[in-house]
Amino acid sequence: MAPAGTGSDTQRRAGLGRRVVGSFVRRREASILLIAAALFVVFSFMNSAFYSPDAIRTMADFAAPIALITAGEVMVLICGEIDLSVGMVFALSPIIMYLVSASPPDGAGLPIWLGVILGLVTGAAVGVVNGILTTVLRLPSFVATLGMLFFLNGVNLIALNGFQVLTPGGHTFRLITGNYIPQLLFNAEFFWAVGAVLVVQFILSRTRWGLHTIAVGGNMIGASEAGVNVNLVKIGNFVLATTLAGLAGILDSVRITSILPLQGGTGVMFQAVAAAVIGGTALIGGAGTVFGGFVGVVVLSVLNIGFNIVGVSAFYFDLIIGLAILGSMIANVQLGRLKNVAGLQ
Amino acid sequence: MSEPDARPDAIRAEHIAKRFGAVVALRDVSLHLRPGEALGLVGDNGAGKSTLIKILTGYLRPDAGKIFVDGEEVHLRSVDHARSLGIDTVYQDLALVPGLSVAHNMFLKRELVNGWGPFKWLNNRAMSEQARTYIANIGIATLASVDSEVALLSGGQRQAVAIARATHSAARILLLDEPLAAMGAREGKLILELIQEFKDRGDVSMILIAHNYVHVFDVADRLNLLRNGEIILDKLTADTSIDELTEIVASEYRVGS
Repeated sequence: MAPAGTGSDTQRRAGLGRRVVGSFVRRREASILLIAAALFVVFSFMNSAFYSPDAIRTMADFAAPIALITAGEVMVLICGEIDLSVGMVFALSPIIMYLVSASPPDGAGLPIWLGVILGLVTGAAVGVVNGILTTVLRLPSFVATLGMLFFLNGVNLIALNGFQVLTPGGHTFRLITGNYIPQLLFNAEFFWAVGAVLVVQFILSRTRWGLHTIAVGGNMIGASEAGVNVNLVKIGNFVLATTLAGLAGILDSVRITSILPLQGGTGVMFQAVAAAVIGGTALIGGAGTVFGGFVGVVVLSVLNIGFNIVGVSAFYFDLIIGLAILGSMIANVQLGRLKNVAGLQ
Repeated sequence: MSEPDARPDAIRAEHIAKRFGAVVALRDVSLHLRPGEALGLVGDNGAGKSTLIKILTGYLRPDAGKIFVDGEEVHLRSVDHARSLGIDTVYQDLALVPGLSVAHNMFLKRELVNGWGPFKWLNNRAMSEQARTYIANIGIATLASVDSEVALLSGGQRQAVAIARATHSAARILLLDEPLAAMGAREGKLILELIQEFKDRGDVSMILIAHNYVHVFDVADRLNLLRNGEIILDKLTADTSIDELTEIVASEYRVGS
């Protein structure tokens, strides 16, 4: 404890440089960022097409929807739960948008913005149900959202009768949701994803909600003894996750110009969970960052596109992701243990 | 507390009862706490001490009974509500979040924020500064930094942080659940000194809960003994002795008593 006054002032100023370096070393997302950069360099040396605008754009296309889903999934994981249903909400929200805004007789022919809103509200409603199943009815979130996963898959197939349809919406709508903007290299969805990552990271590290989310995941009983409404925090984060998943689904349906009942699904969900874990989020809750999750998404997309371009079989992609998850979890557990040992001495 | 005092009790509980399913935790408990007093609430594990404290702090609601704060009847709805009446608690499990800093733990659920309307963000600088000043004031010199994670602190330091959290917002009624449990001799001394300091200031009334009355005998003005959900003894510490308490506690285990 430094005494108040000039002493602590100089100490704080001297600590700034060290703090930047120190926090970089301490933060797990920093080390994974280095890995992402290293992968990028390796692939670039192996094939110059890897850093071409086309390849980078393809990586951004791959990353954007997963980044949106991951941003919400990280929050759910930090408060000590998991949401397996986000991939199905990813498919559900654009279907709702289609049913609302497609021209009759396929849809209700209402304005596209109303379709978007109702699509997002439906996504949020799934989050409310997931949250209530987990908190009020006390199901483990793994089971609650597993049930929701299958249920929504059925809903999606029934709603479109198993068929693929065209995404509704006019030119302006396409421009702001999913189309390429030639001057900006990336498609609009990517910018939505970056915006979402920034906003959710701000919520996590700079607001009371974020603090309470970490508290609920770190010590649930303690947080409630301190007066935190644990159920509200959990339900709120489930809603955040499914709403972002619904937004990702709507934006992605514009980019690919069609809506499929089997779009997304368990594939994007598991990639989001993998990205969160690779980015340093603890599956037991209480720790993690949205930035880390985003870097995890970047690693996944660099690997995915990199393997494609250098001509490695796609079979290796899952193999590498498996190793990356195991490796980062081992680092998670062992670094945490080392930190505790060091802290007690 | 020897001369008569016209002030109402800081807190008074009348005929509190609480059951969990078939288990009766509190049968019929009445207790009072004078302003500035340190009341030792002792009893075996399972006697109902923690349940009583959780009722007085608004975490649990009693099945029956009344609670008065400063002479006014209150129905404690939540921890926040009790806190707004000046009641704060140091729980046995400390209720600290290991992944958050000391400052964030101290301000958990009453964070300082900047901003307008729904757009509010944490004022980390102000929280750190206030936490630093407060901790220096109450003399927890061993704490390295209010920005370090609670996960890195020792048991005694964590206890001190929990006490600092409960007291820094000007709590008038402090409930301490097993403040010396799982504490080394040196750390226990630190906590006892802290409690003594609050007593000397005279503006805080305290209930100290302990399964071991020897721990609180030196700091408590009065002792209540809780057994099987009822208070079976209420005496000034000066009018009793450790021997007498030992006799009473031991009598329960004697055959035929």
